[in-house]
Amino acid sequence: MPLSSRHLLGLQGVPKEDIELILDTAHTFREVLDRPIKKVPTLQGKTIVNLFYEDSTRTRISFELAEKRLSADTVNFSVSTSSVKKGESLKDTIKNVEAMKVDMIIIRHSAAGTPYYLTKICDSNIINAGDGIHEHPTQALLDLYSIKERFGKLKGLKVCIVGDISHSRVALSNIFGLKTMGVKVSVCGPATMIPKRIEELGVDVIYNIDEAIRENDILNVLRIQLERKAGEAFPSLREYAKYFGITKERLDKNGKNILILHPGPINRGVEISSEVADGSDQIILNQVTNGVAVRMAVLYLLGTLN
Amino acid sequence: MKVLLKDVNLFSPDQNIDENSTSVLLEDGIISEIGGIKTNDANVYELSGKYVLPGFFDMHVHLREPGREDEETVITGSNAAANGGFTGIACMPNTKPAIDSAEVVNFIKEQANNHLVDVYPVGAATVGREGEVLSPIAELAEAGAVGLSDDGVAIKTASILRKVLEYSQMYNLPVIEHCEDESLADGAMNEGVNSTMLGLPPLPSVAEDLVVSRDMQVAQYTGGVVHIAHISTKNAVQFVREAKSKGIIVTAEVTPHHFTLTDEAVKSYDTNYKMNPPLRTQEDVDAMIEALKNGTIDCIASDHAPHSIEEKEQEFQYAPNGILGLETIVGITLSELYHKKVLTLKDIVEKLSVNPRRILNLSPIKLSVGEKANFTILDLDAVWTVDISKFKSKSRNSPFDKKLLSGKSVGVINNSKMFYNNEFINI
Ligand SMILES: [Zn+2]
Repeated sequence: MPLSSRHLLGLQGVPKEDIELILDTAHTFREVLDRPIKKVPTLQGKTIVNLFYEDSTRTRISFELAEKRLSADTVNFSVSTSSVKKGESLKDTIKNVEAMKVDMIIIRHSAAGTPYYLTKICDSNIINAGDGIHEHPTQALLDLYSIKERFGKLKGLKVCIVGDISHSRVALSNIFGLKTMGVKVSVCGPATMIPKRIEELGVDVIYNIDEAIRENDILNVLRIQLERKAGEAFPSLREYAKYFGITKERLDKNGKNILILHPGPINRGVEISSEVADGSDQIILNQVTNGVAVRMAVLYLLGTLN
Repeated sequence: MKVLLKDVNLFSPDQNIDENSTSVLLEDGIISEIGGIKTNDANVYELSGKYVLPGFFDMHVHLREPGREDEETVITGSNAAANGGFTGIACMPNTKPAIDSAEVVNFIKEQANNHLVDVYPVGAATVGREGEVLSPIAELAEAGAVGLSDDGVAIKTASILRKVLEYSQMYNLPVIEHCEDESLADGAMNEGVNSTMLGLPPLPSVAEDLVVSRDMQVAQYTGGVVHIAHISTKNAVQFVREAKSKGIIVTAEVTPHHFTLTDEAVKSYDTNYKMNPPLRTQEDVDAMIEALKNGTIDCIASDHAPHSIEEKEQEFQYAPNGILGLETIVGITLSELYHKKVLTLKDIVEKLSVNPRRILNLSPIKLSVGEKANFTILDLDAVWTVDISKFKSKSRNSPFDKKLLSGKSVGVINNSKMFYNNEFINI
């Protein structure tokens, strides 16, 4: 059974069957990645462009590895701010890229909706690698994969996303994906970092981190963007750490062996204390291999649609 | 030249005129006879069933000249106005340079000279619309500005607003406010569940509410005259309603997009749904409709805002605000308000002609013998499809392309000129 869409723009509206298919396929590729020869010829002859309008070495490398493992031809196209300044419009850039006879475009852009716009002006399969504060579907799929790997299921679990929800594309994609898979989702953070009326997406809002720990099976802890004007959205990093940081005492006090996801790199002592970061199997940091497997699954499923 | 408008319905609620199947004879642009006219030396226009009304006036238009003549000029904007059913427009001062001197007022009036459409510049309230220094208000008034505004932004501080409201009273100029609190105004669409789902920077409705509320209070304190441009929130409407009941001199306009569309439309990331104020919620749209009915909103204006294709064809959050309006406002108003029985034809004439002229202190239009002919001629039932390629405007940024509408202007007459069948004729 193929995917129901030829693009992956976000997890909003993506049916359960599609997410299951991606996760199952990722599982297969995960095994491939443990073999001595990690390459499969599936996308031989396909050209994939990694079009990055924002620096994101980790995401780009993960996609690139996935592309190479599937034997696709890869073109990296980092659009420096200088060429934007020169005045080349997004449309012109895309037209130039498409002239290279590409099959798929992976796009990272600072403006929400850009991947959607690409589907209107070109024929390639489009994969969103993060658009503004909108969605980052492959990161959320990786989170889903990691949770499923640990619990053997998704349905019925309780996940709380902690941090700056207002400015997180990962949070939004997680909310859509988790809800679709039957997970109970809540968000926790200072009120200034929770979007207004987010309850309408079917998530609960919790302002107390202890309660979030007690009530959930998994915490998906977002990285606090230190460069985002601290002092505006919350008083100080110190206060954030004190009231929303995940510490050993807090976990012990609430008496629960909760699973913690963090995309890394951690701001130690801010969103997670060093003790928790270094301790035990309670925390899952960004899983590079799983990330490649999930992206391979997406590329494979879209690239072999027709 | 003699022109006979045959078999028309003549309607001017202001004068209690409501005559069906009558005829109007014009001689050199002046109404010379009304009634069952027999003549054989006039150009006859068979207009059976059409309505001859006082010429429509759009008090919120951006003509882009001087500065962005690639997007619109005084002439192309005036042509668009005529095509859309208007004989008069007021143009906003956010040009480059801004309309903050008598020279720019005169320049625009010269460009508009000899056109069918009367163009009335609105002067900037402050120099460069920067909210620091009062613009030369007396000179602007003397040159012919009909109002003051820093449109694009609100008048920056309560202190300078107070001075503008005091000074403008000496010259009978209303202060037209774009109500938006600067410190809350860095979003790309209305704040709500849709902005979260679309990942677009949110612009909260309270940014508008705050400035409307501020303006009402400063208007009350100074006795000045405020007109709220493009009102869009339920709360703002409530504030205006309360202010009116307290005797504060305030009026308000609404655009067709704010009484028909919601932020749901942004889901397409189509930048033709990006404007300021942004599209709001259904609750707000319902409040606009209610306020149109109960008279809280005095008039309908287009906020005609031409933008080049290159500028609109950008990432949503980077694209400029605004859409065209002059050539769709009458059709949308008739489809959504007249045919859906929200407003009567009388209400519509008031909101598209009588009230905007009154707000700007322009003389009322009389449909009487001896008066200059200044008419909009409507076919209330014509069903037509919007086609942006046929617009007279220089720009194309309309979200209403291909929309099916009922009711349109079939022609306008003013300044001894007629626009009919897609051409201008001297009469
Ligand atoms: Zn405005």
